[in-house]
Amino acid sequence: MATKTKAKDDTTHLPQTFEPRNPGMALDLDWVLGVHANRSAIERRAATLPGRRSVKKDHQAAWLCRAISCIDLTTLSGDDTEGRVRRLCAKARQPVRADILQELGMEGLTTGAVCVYHDMVPTAVRALEGSNIPVAAVSTGFPAGLSPFNLRVAEIHASVEAGAREIDIVISRRHVLQGNWQALYDEMRAFRAACGEAHVKAILATGELGTLKNVARASLVCMMAGADFIKTSTGKESVNATLPVSLVMIRAIRDYHQRTGVRVGYKPAGGISKAKDSLTYLALMKDELGDRWLQPDLFRFGASSLLGDIERQLEHHVTGRYSASHRHAIG
Amino acid sequence: MTVKEIFDTMDYGPAPESAGDALAWIVDQGSRFGMYINGDWTAARGEFHSRNPANGETLADLTQAIPSEIDDAVAAARAAQPGWAGLGGHGRARYLYAIARLLQKHSRLFAVLETLDNGKPIRESRDIDIPLAQRHFYYHAGMAQLMAAELPGREAHGVCGQIIPWNFPLLMLAWKIAPALAAGNTVVLKPAEYTSLTALLFADICTQAGLPRGVVNIVTGDGEVGEALVSHPGIDKVAFTGSTPVGRAIRTATAGSGKALTLELGGKSPYIVFEDADIDSAIEGLVDAIWFNQGQVCCAGSRLIVQEGIAETFHSRLRARMDKLRMGNPLDKCIDVGAIVDPVQLQTISKMVDSNTSGEIYRANVELPSEGCFYPPTLITGLHPSDALMQDEIFGPVLVGTTFRTPEEAVQIANNTRYGLAATLWSENINVALDIAPKLAAGVVWINGTNMFDAAAGFGGVRESGFGREGGWEGMSAYTRPGGKADKLEEVIAFKGDAGPSDPLDRTAKLYVGGKQARPDGGYSRGVHGPEGALLGHVSLANRKDVRNAVEAAKGAASWGATTGHLRAQILYYIAENLSARADEFANRIEALTGRKDGAREVQAAISRLFTYGAWADKFDGQVHNVPIRAVALAMREPVGVIGALCDDAQPLLGLVSVIGPAMAMGNRTVMVASEAFPLAATDFYQILETSDVPGGVVNILTGSHGELAKTLADHMDVDAVWSFSSSDLSGAIERGAAANLKRTWVNNGRKRDWFGAEGEGRAFLDAATEVKNIWVPYGA
Repeated sequence: MATKTKAKDDTTHLPQTFEPRNPGMALDLDWVLGVHANRSAIERRAATLPGRRSVKKDHQAAWLCRAISCIDLTTLSGDDTEGRVRRLCAKARQPVRADILQELGMEGLTTGAVCVYHDMVPTAVRALEGSNIPVAAVSTGFPAGLSPFNLRVAEIHASVEAGAREIDIVISRRHVLQGNWQALYDEMRAFRAACGEAHVKAILATGELGTLKNVARASLVCMMAGADFIKTSTGKESVNATLPVSLVMIRAIRDYHQRTGVRVGYKPAGGISKAKDSLTYLALMKDELGDRWLQPDLFRFGASSLLGDIERQLEHHVTGRYSASHRHAIG
Repeated sequence: MTVKEIFDTMDYGPAPESAGDALAWIVDQGSRFGMYINGDWTAARGEFHSRNPANGETLADLTQAIPSEIDDAVAAARAAQPGWAGLGGHGRARYLYAIARLLQKHSRLFAVLETLDNGKPIRESRDIDIPLAQRHFYYHAGMAQLMAAELPGREAHGVCGQIIPWNFPLLMLAWKIAPALAAGNTVVLKPAEYTSLTALLFADICTQAGLPRGVVNIVTGDGEVGEALVSHPGIDKVAFTGSTPVGRAIRTATAGSGKALTLELGGKSPYIVFEDADIDSAIEGLVDAIWFNQGQVCCAGSRLIVQEGIAETFHSRLRARMDKLRMGNPLDKCIDVGAIVDPVQLQTISKMVDSNTSGEIYRANVELPSEGCFYPPTLITGLHPSDALMQDEIFGPVLVGTTFRTPEEAVQIANNTRYGLAATLWSENINVALDIAPKLAAGVVWINGTNMFDAAAGFGGVRESGFGREGGWEGMSAYTRPGGKADKLEEVIAFKGDAGPSDPLDRTAKLYVGGKQARPDGGYSRGVHGPEGALLGHVSLANRKDVRNAVEAAKGAASWGATTGHLRAQILYYIAENLSARADEFANRIEALTGRKDGAREVQAAISRLFTYGAWADKFDGQVHNVPIRAVALAMREPVGVIGALCDDAQPLLGLVSVIGPAMAMGNRTVMVASEAFPLAATDFYQILETSDVPGGVVNILTGSHGELAKTLADHMDVDAVWSFSSSDLSGAIERGAAANLKRTWVNNGRKRDWFGAEGEGRAFLDAATEVKNIWVPYGA
């Protein structure tokens, strides 16, 4: 499994190897419709996973640092201001107190990206200048994805132009619910094309897709249409990232890799707020997909409060004392 | 390794559970254990070791029970039993509840001790074994509470001798002790010699719960102790979980003793994957099927049967999954596959796999620990039913597999085994799943899942996987028996005579086989005489070949089991109708044969009995068990199959009809051996069958010597059950013969049954005529 690597000069500090991008393929409906997802079995696997894997001591600290490196530190609120975004970007540059990182030998650790709405892209780009942390923009009428198609495409162009290196698009859920896979494929193709060099993450909004089978099928269609990442949720649905949904999407990624040789990334978003949860997700990626998917170019957490819990765990690891949130900088 | 290095490699690293408290408990007991008899500990003699299979270290020294100690244990249990039963359901429920609570309070101690002793991953003992053991005591506390109301007329057997295996030491203890105690029995239990420690800790719990002395007794030692226990005259019921050969030996040893027996034995359970399955989930299921507890599971899905169209991708994905299994120190919380219980077992597994030369073998690409008893997860594909490994239980982490083309062929391959414990099938199509599940020869079927257990759902097998169920209402019944003691049954002797025929027109009574009258193979008949010596007719003397023919005919009528209860009811009523039309003739015949004056009463009772089973045919419902997951566990009543029955001698018609009725109603086929002394009522009766739309082969009637025919029936490998209500002393011979294929037996042990009264019909007969199959169906849109 030789991996073609392309070092990006502006992200050299990240321990990540860049994959050739997913070129996509023709829509293969036989494959899509042949997919099954047995909810009970998937839930059982998900329920036992936290009990099957455990990382302790230095390993736990290292894994938590790995989780930080995979966080898309996110703010997606109607009351976001430039000041708020600059504060978040500062946190992305220095996600953990310097003395703790020094103690761990993890100086220079940053989050994987910062994720904002389009209007905040220029501010974030400026605030992260020289840090090599990419800016991701949610796009295409996020979160519902129901604005006019031409405007959704235009939004992608505008964000890319403003310096976003990653675009998190939302799919039209109705295409999935109506079984209109061709429409979903065409839409995703158009979004991918609009992104140009920027990487595209397809948000499936799994909480609105009704069944795990729909999640599996939508995952495949988006990958066939060239998604670089598939992502669970906007964070605005009532149910966001869950382990069963993740298992389904990860297995779709594995299936796609087995058949095409192309690695697509995975981003669970929303609802992951505990350090222990992040370890479970990393174990899930490691066991189902392999170590290669533990790098930020193939795995991200979409999270806003997760970092705070990890910081406290890391301080506990270093000092042996349970920590308090006010001892860590807010983001 | 530094944090930075781990950050790059992302290894799991060690995550050991501390063994400190468990080891401290052992040391507190002096690292030497006596046995728990009558609430006290006997002197420890240190005759054998309990070892940690993960590193070979000795954990403790144990004591091999000597005969006098087994006597003491049985005597203590005997002395305690009346008081324990006399406590009443609520009184016993309080103790069972207390035990459940204490198991919960000490759950981690039990889990760690179990893993140390057995080698199973701590995740399994912590998340599966110990919680299920607790659940069994909670569930059966409820059974004790409800017994008087819900099982009226049933009482405890008395003293139970229980022998459990090493693969789930505490859980098997719970499966045995909880229902026994709930029903009012007392027990003497022997854990496996490799894994006695949690049973000894459990004894401690009994003391803490204030359990009356003698209610639970634990004796330790090897198979010799087990042998002494099962053959001890003070034992009323034997329950065994373990290998089929030992189960067979126990069946033989207890034959004719009148001891009740349940056996939960080996298996080679099929794991069927249809092309429309969720393949990734089915593969993950295999991890829980064959790599759970290192494959040392009697119901392990060890025979993989995959539909041809998906076989290649299924196998390659399975191999990839195997490489992700983590093997090593069972106390590590991040380990999937632990240690094999003992070097002896490891050697058995290696030998079996090494002797196989067929198929393609794949061993998981995992790191094997440098010390201890470990065997890598192994897959052998491309085998055929003719390969030994497809037939023989390996009892290790070795999965063998073949492929199939059609649903019918899947069933055929799945059932091509002497065993019948469990089966797993994966399909997203409810039509396929619910069609196939009932067709699989197994006591438990899991659809789209595997190794699901709960106290509320019975577990146990068919064929050579044993008989009896553990868990649920069906499991409770195995620890109870009808109250009261029946009188001794006197042998009924045929009348002799040399008088002439009472009716000069000769009528030839033949055998009735496959819906046709048949002359006996041997060509022998005997005269049947009335009490005054008059010749009433001649009756055929069937021999072993007639038994063979009758069984073959019965086997051929298998479709009877698939008919509806409604249809079977119609036919039973029709038989009654036709019998009623000839009531006087049958009454006269009975009186002529027996010299009794109540022929009419017997005929009316027989007609009523047929109505009873016509009524039951569509009403003996299964259950939906209340299991604690999102699933239905369907407890389906299935026919036992081919039942050979030796009829009551004294009531030549009622005794016959009382067996044909329930057997037919539940979908069985029968080989009936008519009253030996008064056979002509049965041979008249086949004319009724002939005119009542009974399909050929469903009922076959033989006449002749009970002793001779019983042996052939009991030995026959294609007979599923033998019942005997004969007045000849056949119980021991039947139970001994039954050991060969572990067929079900229901024998009278020389005791009388009142065929005219309540004990002549009803649930006892329906239970014996059915097997409970638990079909687990998890669901979720």
